[in-house]
Amino acid sequence: MHWINAVAIFIMIGSGWKIYNDDVIFGFLHFPDWIVIGKWAQYGLQWHFFGMWIFVVNGLAYLTYGIVSGRFRRKLFPVSIPEVFATVGDALRFRLRHDDLTHYNAVQKVLYLGVMLIGVLIVISGLALWKPVQFSPLADLFGSFQTIRLVHFLCMSAIVAFILVHVTLALLVPQSLIAMLTGGPVVDAGEPRSAAAAPEIEATP
Amino acid sequence: MTKRIHTPAILRSRKPVEDINRRGLLRGAVSLGALGMLTGCDVSENDSVQKTLRAVSAWNDGVQEAIFRPHHLAPTFAPSQVVKPPRFNAYYDIEDVKPVDGATWTLELVGRIGDKRPWTAQQIYQLPEQEIIIRHICVEGWDYIGQWSGPNLRDFLQRVGADLTARYVYFICADNYTESIDMASALHPQTILATKYAGDVIADPFGYPLRLRTSTKLGYKNAKWIKAIEVTNDFRETFWSKQGFNWFAGI
Repeated sequence: MHWINAVAIFIMIGSGWKIYNDDVIFGFLHFPDWIVIGKWAQYGLQWHFFGMWIFVVNGLAYLTYGIVSGRFRRKLFPVSIPEVFATVGDALRFRLRHDDLTHYNAVQKVLYLGVMLIGVLIVISGLALWKPVQFSPLADLFGSFQTIRLVHFLCMSAIVAFILVHVTLALLVPQSLIAMLTGGPVVDAGEPRSAAAAPEIEATP
Repeated sequence: MTKRIHTPAILRSRKPVEDINRRGLLRGAVSLGALGMLTGCDVSENDSVQKTLRAVSAWNDGVQEAIFRPHHLAPTFAPSQVVKPPRFNAYYDIEDVKPVDGATWTLELVGRIGDKRPWTAQQIYQLPEQEIIIRHICVEGWDYIGQWSGPNLRDFLQRVGADLTARYVYFICADNYTESIDMASALHPQTILATKYAGDVIADPFGYPLRLRTSTKLGYKNAKWIKAIEVTNDFRETFWSKQGFNWFAGI
């Protein structure tokens, strides 16, 4: 689910930047052609309205699974505010521990919950942008059409910021990437399974 | 810290079968990602990619048709919010607009229509008018509020004995532009054949003498300088849909 989401997000952001370029919100910000998806406006739109299905279907499956299985409750709650500050302090002193990858620290909890909420908001604002007449009560919650665009844009910015931090930190703790590729440790401490032969990890280009 | 990095403890308890699936998935993800990155020589133009993207766009037409609410009205606004003049949009610049001569212009009727006699501008301008103050939303992202009036399209289609069970209403324009909308949108109460903007006869760049204005579609669906209306069951690509823009373009 994570990697499907990564592809969907990549498509949505790249094509979204192409669509943004047709009528910029900020005069100083125009995404260069080499970074956007779709050479022409219609291609950007096609990718966006293709990627949205992957993002939404995969996202709904992920959220449903996380809630129903209790994974979110176990791994993301409770969030302790003092612990958030303590973790930030540890991080600044390079004292963060990574020996137990199945346990999220308080900052991770806050960021993962936050990015999920942003993900929901970007879909809701996207729906309001796509169908401001059919879903006019939803669009009205935002105010003007341009406000919906701005909210959609700011959600994208937050996700991009999250990805930058998320990818940087994952690269700093390479064993987390290995865990992501192999399936990682079993979270529920059940009976230990017999260790398989040395894993073949394919290098990601 | 480095000591921990190389601890293979996390590789315990893997399920080999799951590994294979994940690896396959990852490979797929990476190649798709790489595909997307080839924007320099735009991968979207690749035949099979473009075919897939257009198939999804056609699927989206169906989804939009399914969620379309035929009696749900779009928000309307106060005359004080109206932008004057309206914002220009076409596939060329405003300086290149070729005005239509209203004195010699006629509206041709084609297809599944009982009374196909052409209409003069004078005849059309004598029909009862409906005024709507609605938001125009362009696919590019900009919007403005406009005040349009003219005969209601449903009333007009009934008056000329059109087959209201047909699937599409097709518009052929003086600038070789073509556009078509589904019958449900054509019969929506806020779909009119606009002849006036903010109470005055529409100016040349905005579609004089006759244009479509509907509250339920993106800007480009609102054909300007209409010279013929066809009611038909045949789907034909239109000016922008041929180039890959979504056909239904509902809002």
